[in-house]
Amino acid sequence: MIAENLPVLPIVLPILAAPLCVILHRPRLAWPLAVAVAWATFGVCCALLARVLADGTISYQLGNWAPPFGIEFRVDSLNAWLMPLVSGVGALVLTYAPRSLAAEVARSRHGLLYGVYLLSMTGLLGMTVTGDAFNVFVFLEISSLSTYALVSMGPDRRSLMAGFRYLIMGAIGGTFFLIGVGLLYMKTGTLNMADLAERLPAVKDSRTVLAGLGFLATGLSLKIALFPLHLWLPSAYTFAPSAVTAFLAATATKVSVYIVLRFFFTIAGVGESLGNGAVREAIMLLALVGIFVASLVACFQQEVKRALAYSSVAQIGYILVGVTMLTVDGMTGALVHVFNHALMKGGLFMVLGCVVARVGGSRLSDLRGIGRRMPLTAIAFVIGGLGMIGVPATVGFVSKWYLVLGALEAGLWHVAAMMLVSSLLAVVYVWRVVEVMYFQEPEDAPEIDEAKTDEAPFGMLLPTLVMIGATIWFGLDTDLTVDVARRTAAMLLGGGS
Amino acid sequence: MSTFVGLYNYWIVIVLMMAGLYTVIAKGNLVKKVIGLNLFQTSVILFYVGMGKVEGGTAPILVHGDGAEEVVYSNPLPHVLMLTAIVVGIATTAVALALVVRLNEAYDSIEEDEILEQDPTT
Repeated sequence: MIAENLPVLPIVLPILAAPLCVILHRPRLAWPLAVAVAWATFGVCCALLARVLADGTISYQLGNWAPPFGIEFRVDSLNAWLMPLVSGVGALVLTYAPRSLAAEVARSRHGLLYGVYLLSMTGLLGMTVTGDAFNVFVFLEISSLSTYALVSMGPDRRSLMAGFRYLIMGAIGGTFFLIGVGLLYMKTGTLNMADLAERLPAVKDSRTVLAGLGFLATGLSLKIALFPLHLWLPSAYTFAPSAVTAFLAATATKVSVYIVLRFFFTIAGVGESLGNGAVREAIMLLALVGIFVASLVACFQQEVKRALAYSSVAQIGYILVGVTMLTVDGMTGALVHVFNHALMKGGLFMVLGCVVARVGGSRLSDLRGIGRRMPLTAIAFVIGGLGMIGVPATVGFVSKWYLVLGALEAGLWHVAAMMLVSSLLAVVYVWRVVEVMYFQEPEDAPEIDEAKTDEAPFGMLLPTLVMIGATIWFGLDTDLTVDVARRTAAMLLGGGS
Repeated sequence: MSTFVGLYNYWIVIVLMMAGLYTVIAKGNLVKKVIGLNLFQTSVILFYVGMGKVEGGTAPILVHGDGAEEVVYSNPLPHVLMLTAIVVGIATTAVALALVVRLNEAYDSIEEDEILEQDPTT
């Protein structure tokens, strides 16, 4: 019974638990429920991944209505590995959340926040698992709407404006996506992804389909924060509660990248969409400009959360550069970077959450002397930062290695060089923080005992260290991530479904 | 001329859509922005409904008896999809208006420039 319905459980579990959290309301009751459900979801996703790796693609008919009329959930090697990532990061951040939220959000809102958080997770997992184009839109809106609410629960009033801006941009992006799906439906008469993939090649040159793909690309670019459509992202990440930022930075944009891959590679086919030289080069150019501009802006921020948010925009650039190379190595690099960046950025934002819980802010001036006061937290930041730069033995190195290999394979020497140079910018924005943490003394606390430390609470520190530890684990043991990514990359570039 | 008159429903969609998008971009009042966003989303509903209409088609309710085979139905699927889109639009508007209420409590204003004056870094 459970084994048969495995693909639908990651949606059913959190979406049922979400209203329960709201009804229970008291954090003491709502949090254990939310955490238990999140970890159970993670378990289900891992079981799904194991089954897909062993037996190949799973197709699940929702309510036994056969596709293309019913909605199909389809798990193949592209989305199977994304689901444990989303649910795993979601569960880990939720485990970390209560102590972090205690410092930032009124206690009466915690129960609501857990409920909305689970809804957001439902939406992201639903976008990943579904095999129906319109269903993607529905789950996209579930996750987006709950994300707007999460962002605006931030500790100060600026989070409200950040949430509102995100809502406007997100709703426009979602609506563009809907128009795109409509245009594809007009021409093909189906919404099922496998059916779309079959029928699109026959009409690929029609203006309707091209316009549809254009709308899809624009809408999704807003959602993945491709430069210059990233304007909502820095404020949303800066002003949201730290735990929410860690979850969003690790998952939200990544799932949208997956949707791009799904629509433009497995559905429309490489040759028909991105293979068109001008489009491909335009996206690659935007991604490269995004890497440099966002990294440069990150170097001048006083608020560390905002610096990391701009760094996220740059990392999205790396992923898209890898995708647009259209080589197996480049695509492998992009897929691995989706995974690796989720771990690194999630971990770094969790570190900042620890600092906020102890010091009360995450501006550079707040971080003075953290190296002595919170040694483990500071080391976690250093390791995460080294990953952002791409130092060997961290995950950042693995993804940059494949991205550069892919660029060389495609004969794009200048792209490879630019990626290496842009890593130097990462050195700058990471070093600024490290310098302040270790070599600057706080101004107003001279009587701190040298030997005495003031670490973040254990409940926050442990998940943070697990997340940062994972960036080293997957940096050394690349078998799992690179193998799956390589198989998936070959599948994506081989065309067809 | 035939593209203009024959496809008039799409022209209406485009005009509505652009009016909505312009309102979102150009107006500083947050409630007006929400109204613009709503208009923008509603135009897509019209787009789908127009798409599902078959010329000479009737409502998609099964007809029995004489001549049942010749009856042409409109495509019900896009119409059904729009039920979901309407719900999404209402939810978006509700969340947006809730945020505007909270913003008004926090800043005592719903004008974007006045809010930015009080908090330049947002």
